[in-house]
Amino acid sequence: MDITAQQNLVHQTRDARRAIDFPKLSPAERDALIKKYHPDHRGQAYRSIKFGPNAGESTVTEVATLLEGDSPISAEFDLTPEYSVDVLVVGGGGAGCAAALHAHAEGSNVLLATKLRLGDSNSVMAQGGMQIAVAPDDSPVQHFLDTLKGGHMKNDHDLLKVMVEEGPSIGQWLLELGVLFDRQADGNLHVKKGGGSSKARLLTCSDYTGLEIMRVLKDEVLNQKIPLLEFGAVVELLSDGKGACTGAVLQDLDNKRYVVVAAKTVILATGGIGRLHIQGFPTSNHYGATGDALVLAYRMGVPLVQIDTFQYHPSGGVYPEQLVGALVTEGIRSEGGHLVNAKGDRFVNELDTRDVVSSSIIKECEEGRGVRTAAGRVGVWLDTPLLDVAHGPGTLDKHFPAMVRQYERYQVDIRKDPVLIYPTLHYQNGGVKIDVKSETPAPNLFVAGEASGGLHGRNRLMGNSLLDLMVFGKRAGQTAAERAKSLKQGKLTLDHLSQFRTEAKRHQVSTGMTSPMVLPAYTRQV
Amino acid sequence: MANNSIKPQQFAEQASEIQPQMVTVEIEGKPFQVPAGVTLMKAMWYAGKEVLRGAGCLGGFCGACATYYRTKDDPKVKTCLACSMAVEDGMSFSFMPAFPARKAIYNLPELKDPKQDLFELYPEAPLCRNCNACTEACPQKIDVREGVWKAVFGDFKAVADMFMDCVMCGMCAPVCIADIAPNLVAVYASRSQGVHFTEKPEGLATRIKKIADGEYQEDWDRILQLSDDELQKTSASIT
Repeated sequence: MDITAQQNLVHQTRDARRAIDFPKLSPAERDALIKKYHPDHRGQAYRSIKFGPNAGESTVTEVATLLEGDSPISAEFDLTPEYSVDVLVVGGGGAGCAAALHAHAEGSNVLLATKLRLGDSNSVMAQGGMQIAVAPDDSPVQHFLDTLKGGHMKNDHDLLKVMVEEGPSIGQWLLELGVLFDRQADGNLHVKKGGGSSKARLLTCSDYTGLEIMRVLKDEVLNQKIPLLEFGAVVELLSDGKGACTGAVLQDLDNKRYVVVAAKTVILATGGIGRLHIQGFPTSNHYGATGDALVLAYRMGVPLVQIDTFQYHPSGGVYPEQLVGALVTEGIRSEGGHLVNAKGDRFVNELDTRDVVSSSIIKECEEGRGVRTAAGRVGVWLDTPLLDVAHGPGTLDKHFPAMVRQYERYQVDIRKDPVLIYPTLHYQNGGVKIDVKSETPAPNLFVAGEASGGLHGRNRLMGNSLLDLMVFGKRAGQTAAERAKSLKQGKLTLDHLSQFRTEAKRHQVSTGMTSPMVLPAYTRQV
Repeated sequence: MANNSIKPQQFAEQASEIQPQMVTVEIEGKPFQVPAGVTLMKAMWYAGKEVLRGAGCLGGFCGACATYYRTKDDPKVKTCLACSMAVEDGMSFSFMPAFPARKAIYNLPELKDPKQDLFELYPEAPLCRNCNACTEACPQKIDVREGVWKAVFGDFKAVADMFMDCVMCGMCAPVCIADIAPNLVAVYASRSQGVHFTEKPEGLATRIKKIADGEYQEDWDRILQLSDDELQKTSASIT
């Protein structure tokens, strides 16, 4: 059957489906579904980490191999610094920009290094919005409980409380920088309901929330004249020989030259792991999402938390081919869009948490109720035209201009036809262990944003990432700047790396892999 | 990196396995055979090219892959984002190099009259000669020329609305005969709109004050002393 014929079934069943109220699963049903179908529970994709702070713990093979990889920096490397700064921020996405701006505001001498351009990140793609408890019927406590429930009760309570309580003041900060959040008629912030949340809590800038925030933050980083090193990838950290971080070795990707940075404090804000294509999944992530901070912190002896759990976003593109893995905004489901299988039936409450929805899509497809494309891919329908039917013509144009455009480029009109989706590798739920100030157990080494772990438990709620970036980017930036005021620049050594290599040898580990990966190897060997 | 045990390149090539049909495209003036239907970005990788400058979010939002292209026998050179455009036979394309447009430096909260200050920060903005090349160059289909005039006439609200789709690819700048960088003018106007001409949401201020005043302390005390089981029940009970 061609795609058009299959789409017709979605049109035909729309009215009948609208009459059905699909209940959310009970906690027991959720757990059973996830255990059976979520990729986090595919045992054969996992293995034990052989050495280091998380030795013996299980994670996906791709991450374990990366962590056990060797540094490109040799023991005899000349550590004469080219830069000497108070705060080195690595990463030019939301967390990195927030950290740099706040550290700069505290009077620190900051260097912001990023392996692509300033702003090239996952943050810029965030479409769904940013969760902040601003509505009168909502509260930070509600936000806390929703997030905890979404994270399967495994979230770090201290980190989470900080995030939900500082949310409103972060909203204020962004407004003061000129971010144009959607408003209600009375001038208050418009809030939308996101998957897994009991209250409408998503602040949005139509479906360009991340783009709008990043346009503003980038512009402000430039206005503040914060020194930048674009196309500068961090490949190793430096330590004082006693466990504290004292700088980093970067590589200028334009000329391959190594650049040593002496820094009183270092903030890693390098994002997630999508480009490792865990378990062969396509990804919604940006080009540089190769888990660099995980590797660097790990070699410094810093443990990772919940590094066995990843988020597979329910709606990655399946058709057309060019959109495979690309994110289709969750906003469609937030506004009532149905998920529909090949038989024309709904099969899950679309506003359940991402892990539940993804598991249910995988279940439909594995049990033969998926829709197959000519290219051999499988997925389920997301009924986009329903939004115009339910809320009036023009709804999609007004609320989802980015998505309308995303498909229009390939001659697909989402106002007329539903789109095919399947889960895509989206987010690293865990990450580097941090405290409430965003500092790792290695003194003067901070990690902020997706690279850090603990806050989201085993499943991140929609809209909590943008807030995480801003809250912990700020905390890292301010704390690092404060710290740097009373700190002398420490010695620059690679002692931690020697220890790491000794450990690798002792465990007879030689993966032959150099890490961090920096960029995925997409170039075909011709 | 060397000896990478992970082979993500399969994703670049996946489409080739599925659609073995090949097309010929010209990349930077040189012909290559690439699988039909792949994005221009994947065509680059397939052709064996390392991509550093020119790839960013790969999702159509960051503007890193601003590209000029032309279809077979058509003299018109158009613009696109290489991550979001499919190749076709006979197509010719090149990435846009980084363009050295000047960004004005400003401290927004300190500006007294942002609509007037525009003329000092971007004195070239009112020199638009209406050639419309910027609008034609925009891969996001923004009416850029109209936006520049809206900015000049002080309708910053309209600029903000029109440029919400702007991915800052900067393709409007090199074509401007008046040396305007419309995307940068738009960011200035849009941020000014937010900082100076948009009302402060009262509800947000109220919420911040309530948190500062400790109004949620009782709730926190109650929640945080719960056992894991009780906490789970409490979380499960909210809908």
